Amino acid sequence: MDKVEVVIVGAGLAGLSAAYVLADAGVEVLVVERGDFPGSKNVSGGRLYLEPVRAYLPGLFDEAPFERQVVKERLTMLTSESSVTVELASDRFRSSPANSVTVLRARFDQWLAEKASEKGAFIIPGYKVDDVWMEEGRVAGIRSNEDILQADVVIAADGVLSFIAEKAGMRECHQPRNVALGVKEIIELPEKRIQDLFGLKAGEGATQLFFGSITEGMMGGGFLYTNQTSLSLGMVISIHDLMQKHPTISPHDLFELFKKRPEIEVLISGGHSVEYSAHDVPEGGLKSIPRLYAGGLLVAGDAAGLCLNQGITLRGMDMAIVSGVLAGRAVLDARQKKDYTAESLGIYEKYLKGSSIYQDLSTFQHMPEILSNPRLFEKYPEVASELLLEIFRVDAQPKQKISRTVLRTISRELLKVDVLRDLWHMRKI
Amino acid sequence: MNIEAKLGLDVFQIDSEQSHILIDQEVCQSRCTIRYCLHVCPADLYDLNENGEMTVDYEGCLECGTCYVACREDALEWHYPRAGYGVQYRFG
Repeated sequence: MDKVEVVIVGAGLAGLSAAYVLADAGVEVLVVERGDFPGSKNVSGGRLYLEPVRAYLPGLFDEAPFERQVVKERLTMLTSESSVTVELASDRFRSSPANSVTVLRARFDQWLAEKASEKGAFIIPGYKVDDVWMEEGRVAGIRSNEDILQADVVIAADGVLSFIAEKAGMRECHQPRNVALGVKEIIELPEKRIQDLFGLKAGEGATQLFFGSITEGMMGGGFLYTNQTSLSLGMVISIHDLMQKHPTISPHDLFELFKKRPEIEVLISGGHSVEYSAHDVPEGGLKSIPRLYAGGLLVAGDAAGLCLNQGITLRGMDMAIVSGVLAGRAVLDARQKKDYTAESLGIYEKYLKGSSIYQDLSTFQHMPEILSNPRLFEKYPEVASELLLEIFRVDAQPKQKISRTVLRTISRELLKVDVLRDLWHMRKI
Repeated sequence: MNIEAKLGLDVFQIDSEQSHILIDQEVCQSRCTIRYCLHVCPADLYDLNENGEMTVDYEGCLECGTCYVACREDALEWHYPRAGYGVQYRFG
């Protein structure tokens, strides 16, 4: 049987970040990836917030192949016939280094894999892991078909479904409430057209999130990210809500209806779809985080449920990178003591709990319940757009004072028990 | 765009020897009444054949795992495709 010091399952952002840190410290580290190349099975929305990760891997991302630096944020609320958009543009977004960037994973993950390889990590694509290998009640490697690869420690960075975490008993099977389905299309458009559509200069990017009637009452929404020469357009929908929906609708049909919205149609007209992807997203927040460590095993990234849907910001990639680095550091500590027991590797959880990503998960731990409120997708966009229509329209009849229109809307639509209860719950976020 | 055209955009290495999704027909037919898999799959791969058996066109699987999460009766034995097979994202 072969043996290495560390085996990492999954060449995504968590796995590769851990590999980078470990290889940099001279540890013998092997990354096994089931896809033909790192990134070939990976999908993100794709925006990466760089501030949370920069201090962990200083300088590394300066030359990364990002798509665009995000300088403009849009949030759009949709009803069946109207939309209300808030747009935030600021010179502060133009500062260097960037606050957030758009990425395409096939390209970005390959680049990160090269960086980890340069440090000495071995990356083995086309290698699918079937199970963890146990010895004396602790994880001691991985099994692929009949091959066993022993290791002092295994890092499960095998994504949202993480069969490794499940097989090692780190969590129960997945609950539909904690997982959302993301679907996405890559739509190619000329670079200049993307810039003109969103009012951007070369290299600058925009993002747009959508919520409201498009999900037909289900928790979720739409997203749009500008890449260099394409748009990443997609939707994320709670699997639980998709299951409970009556009458049923396929995610594909829901997405096609979204694409036919005039707000979207104008952006994608003349574009060419070049890829359709689907990927699950861990959306349970803090309460769905599995056990993070066991004897000989650490869990990082999506496999550890480290994602945060805060409604306005969607984070996962930064958390994957930070958790990967921290897993790497925990292994370095354990290696110094030559002790890979759960007790020794437990330092990983301490590191994670001390990080800003964990604090954010904790601060926003009630987000999943808040966002599962159907009024957020039906009633509130309706009320807001009705009010704005009344204010903005000029009709044949004399207009009422704006203050009166606003007060009437508040008293008619918002001074209700369920609304006040929603407001009261909102204090938790 | 219909789903066939959409899946036609993607690159698949088809494993003609084995499906990575196995359906326990016994469980599926005797215990499951709601058949969530029929409408949650983003590639619309599930269908009932004339004998009332659930089928899945695993060749077009996007490997998201939604059916696996949604199947509450454990009727699906779901693995990732063997190494070298399945969808290959060129953009991601």
